[in-house]
Amino acid sequence: MAVFALLLGTVTFSIISFNLLLSGAPPAENHIAVFSNVATYSLPVVAIGGGDYVGLLEALEPLGPVTANGDQKHWKLRYNHIELGFTVGKSRVQMKGGDFDLGAPFVMQNGRGLAPISTLGPLLSRVLGGPVTFSPASRRIFIGNVAIHFTAQVVGTAPPSLVINFSGPVNPMIATDAGTLRMTFTHEPIVASGTQTLTFNNKIITSAAYQDGNGSAAITVTAGAPLFANFSGDHKTITITPAPPVSTQAQGTLTYGATAGASASAPPVNPAQPQYFAVIDAGHGGADRGAALSPQIVEKDVTLAFARQLQHEVEARGLTALLVRNDDSDISLDQRAGMANAAHASIYICIHVTSQGTGVNFYTALLPAPNPAHGSFLDWDTAQASSLTRSQAFTAIVANSFGNSKVPVRTLSAPLRPLNNITTAAIAIEVAPPAGGATGLESSEYQKLIASTIATGLAAVHEETGSSP
Amino acid sequence: MIRQDIIPRNLLFSVAAMIAIAMAMGVYAWHVRVRVVNVTLGSASSAHVAPPAIGATEQVTLYVAHDDPGILKAQGIRIPLPAGRQERAEALLRNLIALYDSNRSPHPLGPGSDLRSVYLVDPDLVVIDLNGAFATGHPSGVLLEELTVASLVESLSANVPGIGRVKILVDGKTQDTLAGHADLADFYDVAAVHQLAQQLEGGQ
Repeated sequence: MAVFALLLGTVTFSIISFNLLLSGAPPAENHIAVFSNVATYSLPVVAIGGGDYVGLLEALEPLGPVTANGDQKHWKLRYNHIELGFTVGKSRVQMKGGDFDLGAPFVMQNGRGLAPISTLGPLLSRVLGGPVTFSPASRRIFIGNVAIHFTAQVVGTAPPSLVINFSGPVNPMIATDAGTLRMTFTHEPIVASGTQTLTFNNKIITSAAYQDGNGSAAITVTAGAPLFANFSGDHKTITITPAPPVSTQAQGTLTYGATAGASASAPPVNPAQPQYFAVIDAGHGGADRGAALSPQIVEKDVTLAFARQLQHEVEARGLTALLVRNDDSDISLDQRAGMANAAHASIYICIHVTSQGTGVNFYTALLPAPNPAHGSFLDWDTAQASSLTRSQAFTAIVANSFGNSKVPVRTLSAPLRPLNNITTAAIAIEVAPPAGGATGLESSEYQKLIASTIATGLAAVHEETGSSP
Repeated sequence: MIRQDIIPRNLLFSVAAMIAIAMAMGVYAWHVRVRVVNVTLGSASSAHVAPPAIGATEQVTLYVAHDDPGILKAQGIRIPLPAGRQERAEALLRNLIALYDSNRSPHPLGPGSDLRSVYLVDPDLVVIDLNGAFATGHPSGVLLEELTVASLVESLSANVPGIGRVKILVDGKTQDTLAGHADLADFYDVAAVHQLAQQLEGGQ
């Protein structure tokens, strides 16, 4: 019995030890965010000998032409006309205008030259010939005067609004919870000008707190009621107000709790009175990130930016538009269709983005093989059938608005849900990058160009059809 | 009184050796886990292998997707095709996928993309079962994904008569989308896909 117990214990111990050693998660990747006028990107940080290091080639490549060559002992880096000479194990860097001290030994790893991040700011400043600021606490590097400052003030009393003005366009991810609204800025170099926390002499909107860390910044607004954010002023102004009750909501956004698998619960809408001209649906969201447009850019973020811009442009033309999502919510395709159908708008527009090709593709539904009829009920999978001709006509009008621009357009059908399930005119738009590549998709100028042209087309649709604005 | 060992000495030594081996294996596993290993696979190990030549060689038309400039092109090729309708459909699609797996593919798919099987369900339904790598490695985008769907369906319907509907599965199961966009939940109407193929052929 003792022998058996000993054997069993040994086997169990071996299995558990082996699994524990194998199942350990790989070390979490550390990184710093770099903001410049040319590019915004992140650098992986490697821990070596108790210090944090980054790759110099990776740090400089997005900023301009750079080359590197060397052997296991010496490494030469050339950025524009500036040449730097490194020696493995030494902290001194040879460069024109005087040697530079890294403060820690230079390291070569797998052919990559690594330098300590503690002196990365001054080193980049010498190489780039301009101001470079590194904030170790927030893990962010600002190259040049790129920082975006903001001011916040509460205006009005019934209901009050918190108006935040930024010195540059922003597009944060917004998350709401009972009594708080958190805006996370991962692509914008937001900095607080003064105190980190602002308190307001208001019973509803009480404070706004700024935090930064791990390459991003966040502003968290605290209130005694659920909050809602609206963008204006070319994305330089965010107005935060208490959210109105759902049945009288007039802010132009259908918000949906991210409850996976739950059936759509659209706000109560009088089915006889269409309330919005257009429903705008930013593709993907939440766990559904969409396509990886570049190592730093995912589709769901760009579709949301385009959707907000399009809503703004549509409303600037005197028409009403509803956003299916105005944050990083996870909404199923059926839920999106349910919400859009309940709104009884004149047109539904779904936005997608791609890194392939150029221009804009417009899609109408490629209907699946029809199911047998079920009495007077509309088949969900081919609900679009009776509106397909109208969808195609509207698509032609909107695509025609690009006639004077240099943006190539194409109209096709596509097996893309939830177009099939929409009971009004429904089109999908897939925006490809400008000539400069995928990073151009995040450009506010490009987004405005595409959105305003589409909005002009929608205004033409409204004129042709005489539908309610 | 004679004292007896409860546990024989040789058994103790054996157990100690097993523990030592288990610890050594754990240390080695840890070492392998943190070490960066570059493994170069021979191109043949991941390349799609065209089906073996069975049946008479026939002239067929494949509808080949070209990412640049986002069109479908009819391409005539001569391939051996079995006589059976289901085998014929499978051979056609395997040849099409092998084309996309080549070095200068006009429509690159993810590594390991393959066809598991094709089933013909009377009277007019074809079920195409792709492997998981086909979907997980497929480039994501509305046009890119519908080019793949149109290519598969149109190539099949052009060369295997009597097909009216197509259902695409991944690893034998229904999936919502191919790679985030093209719908796989429903059955494709071959006539509707034919109209799409005409749009894509014309570069519309």
